Amino acid sequence: MFAFIVRRITQAVFVMIVISLVGFSIKNKIGDPVRDMVGERVTPAEREVLRDDLGLNDPFLVQYARFLKNAVRGDLGLSFFHKKSALKVIISKAPATLELVFVAALILIFVSFPIGVFTAIYPNNWFSRFTMSFSTLGVSIPVFLTAIMLIFVFAVELNWLPSYGRGETVNLWGWDSGLVTADGLKHLILPGFSLASIMMPLFIRLIRSEMMEVLETEYIKFAWAKGLHRRRIWLLHAFKNTLLPVITVFGVQIGIMFAFTILTETVFQWQGMGFMFLEAVERSDTSLLVAYLVVVGAIFVFVNTVVDILYGFVNPTVRITGRK
Amino acid sequence: MKRKWEQFKKSYLLYSFKRDPVAILSFCVLVLLLLIGFAAPLISPTNPYDADSIDIMNSEIPPVWSEEGVEGFILGTDVQGRDLLSTMIYGLRLSIVIGLGAVMLQALIGISFGLLAGYLGGKIDALLMRLADIQLSFPYLMVAIFISAIFQIVFGIGRYADLAVPLLVVIIGLAEWPVYARTVRAAVIGEKNKEYVEAARVIGLSKRIIMVRHVLPNTLTSVMVISTIQVANAVMSEAALSFLGLGMPVTRPSLGSLIRSGFEYIFSGSWWITIFPGILLVIFVMVINLLGDWLRDVLNPKLYKG
Amino acid sequence: MPHLLEVKDLEVKFALRFGELTAIDGVSFALEKGERLGIVGESGAGKSVTGFAIINLLSKPGYISGGQILFNGNELNNLPDSAMRDIRGNRISMIFQDPMMTLNPVLTIGTQMVETLQAHRDISTAEAEAISLDKLKKVSIPSPGKRLKQYPHEFSGGMRQRIVVAIALLNDPALIIADEPTTALDVTIQAEIIDLLLDLCAMENMGLILITHDLGVVSEVTQKIAVMYAGKIVESGPTARIIENPQHPYTRGLIKALPGIISPGEQLYQIPGMMPTLTNIPAGCAFHPRCTLSVPKCQTDIPDLLSAGGEDHLAACFVTAGGA
Repeated sequence: MFAFIVRRITQAVFVMIVISLVGFSIKNKIGDPVRDMVGERVTPAEREVLRDDLGLNDPFLVQYARFLKNAVRGDLGLSFFHKKSALKVIISKAPATLELVFVAALILIFVSFPIGVFTAIYPNNWFSRFTMSFSTLGVSIPVFLTAIMLIFVFAVELNWLPSYGRGETVNLWGWDSGLVTADGLKHLILPGFSLASIMMPLFIRLIRSEMMEVLETEYIKFAWAKGLHRRRIWLLHAFKNTLLPVITVFGVQIGIMFAFTILTETVFQWQGMGFMFLEAVERSDTSLLVAYLVVVGAIFVFVNTVVDILYGFVNPTVRITGRK
Repeated sequence: MKRKWEQFKKSYLLYSFKRDPVAILSFCVLVLLLLIGFAAPLISPTNPYDADSIDIMNSEIPPVWSEEGVEGFILGTDVQGRDLLSTMIYGLRLSIVIGLGAVMLQALIGISFGLLAGYLGGKIDALLMRLADIQLSFPYLMVAIFISAIFQIVFGIGRYADLAVPLLVVIIGLAEWPVYARTVRAAVIGEKNKEYVEAARVIGLSKRIIMVRHVLPNTLTSVMVISTIQVANAVMSEAALSFLGLGMPVTRPSLGSLIRSGFEYIFSGSWWITIFPGILLVIFVMVINLLGDWLRDVLNPKLYKG
Repeated sequence: MPHLLEVKDLEVKFALRFGELTAIDGVSFALEKGERLGIVGESGAGKSVTGFAIINLLSKPGYISGGQILFNGNELNNLPDSAMRDIRGNRISMIFQDPMMTLNPVLTIGTQMVETLQAHRDISTAEAEAISLDKLKKVSIPSPGKRLKQYPHEFSGGMRQRIVVAIALLNDPALIIADEPTTALDVTIQAEIIDLLLDLCAMENMGLILITHDLGVVSEVTQKIAVMYAGKIVESGPTARIIENPQHPYTRGLIKALPGIISPGEQLYQIPGMMPTLTNIPAGCAFHPRCTLSVPKCQTDIPDLLSAGGEDHLAACFVTAGGA
């Protein structure tokens, strides 16, 4: 088990290095740190002096090494627009996005698992048939359209739920949370559902097909032959085996959800990292862009690694051989 | 050529197609949409790109069947005064062109890489697949958004808008080639050990000829299976990028850009600017997906799970 | 005094899209307490289906279309599922063929044993574990205490099958149905498992139905044999007598094919042809196309099981058992 964890972590580090290299190259070639610091109104001569001072005329690798050193210390450059450390800006926006993803993940789990299991056990039920045919439609609707339609129905026409922003947030030790206020929670519903809706058809299909495969196995038949109660067979014997592939997919999908936060946050004017990213693009704020790349890249790598390791715990056969 | 047609007519593919009403319907709708898209200049009521024909005073007119509707504008007008139906048709055309173009690029890169990696193996395989894996560990949309963002900064917004169509093709093509590479590689590895490959090697054919003329055609089933999904994905990616403002500009809008421009006006009641393009987009993507599902079931039910 | 198990004219059909197939066509036999019966035949004869039919575990399109199954005089085939659950794993246990597939890979042996007990009795986990340890000892698993926390993949094939046998014994059933229990095992392990089953049945006075294609195994373990062909019993009677003096041409062929009978250097005997699939059962006696003794009547009429050399010894053949 230990060897397995070590190997996974080494792989993660390797990927992070690649990401940092890409990020740094972008920053170096495209960004303009001088402008970031002092704005536009500098003469070319002053620029050159500043460039030398900042070490911008040093060889590539030297600058890269400096970049890494700074990065590890938490300094990813200055955001031109916000006039603050890029990392600080990202961190201040992070809670909004993280809460959104968290709520979406919860909605995803609590809706798709029961439906997936149900449609696997009772495939000919009218509800199962309805859900399955609906899923192709679901996959074909882009998330921003779902978000817009949800807003249209629930906010504009019915006026039940708010259509933009986070609502009231409470600052818990530096974390602006919308989870602890009723207003904040109301604001989380529509965006959360929009985000979850991307993955739902996929998940329901996945859980259903995995469960159906498991239900045909010999060991499930043996469980029936032992006279166990069917709920135990479905929810323990079958379900635990379904979890394994689902967990791996889930881990990857969390990453995809992050990508889609950019879209969702745009629709709901949600002041999170995705929204910040788009603003940075509009303002050509390269430092912030690169910082976003590095941070989000790190999050992906982290989540993937954790999921792989978790998988090792849930699936006992992986531990012994250390291989999948 | 005629023989191939005869073979096709008798094939299992055609047989099961004729028996599946969903497949037939989807196919017809798809062909219809493609025709509409390509024939845009011919059948569209107005030319939305002709600046002279647009009057900003005409903006936000509702569809013809509602109270304030106007005769010439069947589905109403958008925020700039363009006839919505015409703009939608042109937008559909853009979506088709970019979608198909991007997939062809993806396929080109992906199939070449997959073929090389699968057949040659060894270091090349390891290198290419590492590259693919790293890129795959990031959601393709993120990659596409990021590349677009960089391009927009590099080219500047004006030039980016001019080059939008080819740039989008490149962006989406680059974002998703690993899917093709992985699939082709797996198929090639499966074919590599079959006897006809050994026979070709024994005869003394060069590696290139074996790869391209013998192995490649046999991997095409898997390519076909994923291609429909990839086209659907590409169209949705373009819509997403345009919606974010990183895609087609407002002057030459695709369906995604239209949805974007209409979004703010939903609150003031001009719902048609967003809804109609939205419906068209969904129908287009859905028929592609339905056909893809059917194709997958027919060619190999277990090939592509997700 | 009712038989332990009595099967009367059992009929099992498979309801498929293009029609119904008869897998078992009027099978009857009886078993007393502590008796060991072997059901023999090639693959596809319907032996496993018979086993599953007894505890009503037929896979989906299959169903019992006729006949009766009596367990201690009580009808089994029409019992509601909750009552059937009481029987399975409790009064009648079943052992499957492939021990690799029979045990759930993600649950410990302990869990899988304790649950079998707790499904049928109201006992604490500690008591259940104690009983499990006892059974593990009975099947000669070394250091049983450690085993309970281990997972199936940590055991060899032979050990796994022993564990499966132990599970079958947990509730002290009156009858064990063993479906090809040794087919998936190495030849050396096969002998061990067979001996194990024999000892246990004798010790606990349990009934055993051994379903197999291996006449050799059957001849050592069982007291009665029923030979099945294409869904029907073609010969039945005391083991010794059938082995010594088979009446049905099919049984004769099977015995001739046993390697033990042949002297070294002689060619192994094979019954020509193959058993018909369910869709291609010949008219008249199903065996007639492969039979060296067949007469014209065999092609049109189906022979009944009639006495052939001894009161318990029955065979369904016009030529050897009469009725021609």
